[in-house]
Amino acid sequence: MPISAIEATAERLARLRQTTEDLLKEAKRRGATAAEASVGSSAGLEVAVRLGEVETVEHTRDNGLGITVYFGHRKGSASSSDLSPSALRDAVKAACVIAEHTQEDPCAHLADASLMATEIPDLDLYHPWQLGVEDAIEIAAACEDAALGLDPRIVNSEGASLSTHTGIQVYGNSHGFVAGYPTSRHGLSCAVIGQQGDSLQRDHWWTSARAPADLESARMVGERAAERTLARLGSRRVATRQAPVLFRAEVATGLMRSLVSAIQGGSIYRRTSFLLEHLGKRIFPEFVRIHEEPLLQRGLSSAPFDGDGVATRPKDLINDGVLQTYLLDTYSACRLRMQTTGNAGGVRNLRIRMGSQDRAALLREMGTGLMVTELMGHGVNPVTGDYSRGAAGFWVEHGEIQHPVEEITIAGNLKRIYAGLLAVGKDCDYSGSTQTGSWLIDRMTIAGQ
Amino acid sequence: MNDPIAIARSSILEPAGLADHDLDRLLELLTRSAVDAADIYFQTSRLESWVLEDGIIKEGSFNIEQGAGLRAMSGEKTGFAYSDELRFPALAQAADSARAIARIGQSAQVRIGGVAATRQLYEPTNPIASLHDHDKVALLQRVDAEARGADPRVREVVASVVAVQDTVLVLSDDGSLAADVRPLVRLNVSVVVEEGGRREQGSSGGGARADLTYFLVEDRAAAFAREAVRLAVTNLESAEAPAGTMTVVLGAGWPGVLLHEAIGHGLEGDFNRKGSSAFAGRIGERVAAPGVTVVDDGTLPGRRGSLNMDDEGTLTQQTVLIEDGILRGYMQDKLNARLTGTHSTGNGRRESYAHLPMPRMTNTYMLAGERDPEEIVASVDKGLYAVNFGGGQVDITSGKFVFSASEAYMIENGRVGRPVKGATLIGNGPDVLTRVTMIGNDLKLDQGVGTCGKEGQSVPVGVGQPTLRVDGLTVGGTSA
Repeated sequence: MPISAIEATAERLARLRQTTEDLLKEAKRRGATAAEASVGSSAGLEVAVRLGEVETVEHTRDNGLGITVYFGHRKGSASSSDLSPSALRDAVKAACVIAEHTQEDPCAHLADASLMATEIPDLDLYHPWQLGVEDAIEIAAACEDAALGLDPRIVNSEGASLSTHTGIQVYGNSHGFVAGYPTSRHGLSCAVIGQQGDSLQRDHWWTSARAPADLESARMVGERAAERTLARLGSRRVATRQAPVLFRAEVATGLMRSLVSAIQGGSIYRRTSFLLEHLGKRIFPEFVRIHEEPLLQRGLSSAPFDGDGVATRPKDLINDGVLQTYLLDTYSACRLRMQTTGNAGGVRNLRIRMGSQDRAALLREMGTGLMVTELMGHGVNPVTGDYSRGAAGFWVEHGEIQHPVEEITIAGNLKRIYAGLLAVGKDCDYSGSTQTGSWLIDRMTIAGQ
Repeated sequence: MNDPIAIARSSILEPAGLADHDLDRLLELLTRSAVDAADIYFQTSRLESWVLEDGIIKEGSFNIEQGAGLRAMSGEKTGFAYSDELRFPALAQAADSARAIARIGQSAQVRIGGVAATRQLYEPTNPIASLHDHDKVALLQRVDAEARGADPRVREVVASVVAVQDTVLVLSDDGSLAADVRPLVRLNVSVVVEEGGRREQGSSGGGARADLTYFLVEDRAAAFAREAVRLAVTNLESAEAPAGTMTVVLGAGWPGVLLHEAIGHGLEGDFNRKGSSAFAGRIGERVAAPGVTVVDDGTLPGRRGSLNMDDEGTLTQQTVLIEDGILRGYMQDKLNARLTGTHSTGNGRRESYAHLPMPRMTNTYMLAGERDPEEIVASVDKGLYAVNFGGGQVDITSGKFVFSASEAYMIENGRVGRPVKGATLIGNGPDVLTRVTMIGNDLKLDQGVGTCGKEGQSVPVGVGQPTLRVDGLTVGGTSA
């Protein structure tokens, strides 16, 4: 990065820190007993190319501030897209007016001062891409080209798009904690349409990274989009039955995200989780270990401190198949009379310990069953764990793919699905903050013809 | 002050010090290249929300967002930039970025002139100011008390109320100005009930383009609370849902999410121009059973999905999508209408100034038929009666769509039987409506809770339908 760009970033960071401190000062001036503020600014470029022609060129630039004031144990919040001094004063005033009407809540307070992150490690999250519009178009066009050129059955395209964003986020509170850092994120994606007879299928592929060099190549993204589309041609239904199901790696992430929502503090104290009272209990087979790596260098969701200013730390969510922790922020920890786990704002970089089998070995282990590659809809009941979603994928017999499948559902209960996990593959082959190989589940209900 | 243009000028342009000659200049900058069309979308949006949990008002927040999106189009190319600073230099820079997609050409002289036609499907009020803060608090406390009083098995109640005032001003390349002041309110209540170690959740709510007094009339807020409890308690007794393809009777109202997913998205102009929709090139063909007529109508007074004008300044309208089973039309915005030689149907919508407009639905519903709903249920030997739904999703290319039932019952020998657990239903958009064999006389629209997502943008929408019998939908239960 040129020196001037580094200086410009440092200057922007200093300005946003100042705005954060001004918000906290204004809150104090208005009599708040405590306050917390966040201020952010981001800029980016997104280009989309379709059938070789530029479709859109978007320049994005977003600013935002948020303030929460506490008057004892009553709180009020406000936010604005305007960072000007007058907007800042208006926001603090609006938050204070709201706090006149909220009620005493013993858990409405900042995290303890002793928990504030004292060191802010550099997680290598900032790799801006000095990319002109023409260069961006060229990369997106090359990506789509690779997809369109792979096979004559690729007949149409929804295009390829490239995006690059940088941003700075600062958080501060009235303990005197103020910290922020710049981040970058870049992505490339492609979606194409294939035809066989009267039937059309569409699929896509994408890559996302903190640093441009970590992206998959344009050619690889385009070819994978095309390969995925081609594989779906000739899809048909299967008969209703019970069968083993292999969740291919990129959709197995959804099962991990369902675990995360079920062990979030809010779901526990609101009693809306199917994993209530499961802390310390076995919910997966013994070989399963799932851990969070918030301090991963260049990680897509890495962060040195959470949304309450509390230092993040790596930890196991599941070890030996047993639930090790809930995911708590300051508020939910207080409600549950526990300690915050530094998870205000969610979970950061989830990893499962992968097994030794590749995909072919998993298919052989499954024998006859369904490999799921796409899930549709939101049919997960968080309170009961009941699971019912639209699916597409491949029918497998004797470990060999027979034909693509569509217009079916798969159903079960998440507790049963987790307990019935037979193997996790080593075939993690996508970019994302949740990393896993494919999951082989012993049995689910498939509804079809 | 009731004139949207005057409200937009005083709340957006004047505080930013933008005079008409500044707007002239911005349009000139934006159209300096060889562009086919351009517009500037100014917006200021205020949102206030209150949340009750554990019987107390726990959170409140106020959000203000404002900015302008500047768009220049040349052929199929769109250049777009936005700014949350409304001062002239920031906007001029955005105009420069946006128009860079086209070659530099003749500068067009533009003068801000005519004001676009308008109408009033809702009052241009500020719903945030329509109740005192202590009355908003009291409203949520009444909802809490009603829910807890409705059944002793209620363990948790979360209630929230949101009020939004959205003011938009669209400046088109012909110099015309159009404005809309859009109120939107929404109340939601969610409960957890427990009995003998079994827990279930139920939620209900509603909303409208109105002010907050909407919830005080007709016992609406209390009715939402009772409905949430009824749903949760019903599910306490639910058995395994069936798995397989069967006859399904869909209730009136919100189950119209079927139409939104199965055909609505597939009839949006962008997908059809690009040939990526399973409905592309099928105008005039039969896509539904005789008697099935589906419209998209942005002109219903006060509805959540309604708009006086869309986000390109075009008046909304009623668009017939399917008439007596025959595919009649697509929903268009200006870009896709221009590229396919037709006109906008007033469906050009965007989440905010920071997003590009695209063809989106407003209120999408099926007109009533003649059957008595009881007669429809009585006609089914064995099947599923699904009356409440969560969201859905569609793959517009393959046509496959899903929507998830949250309240359903078995039908046995023409009678509604035991409740079953929620399940996802899956079907094929281009043929599901050909399987409609009976249409009820009980058209109902939803309660005003719908939000539609497309390419990362969310907009409020409405759906509706009469009771329908569909022969052959796949039900994704566990009981095979």
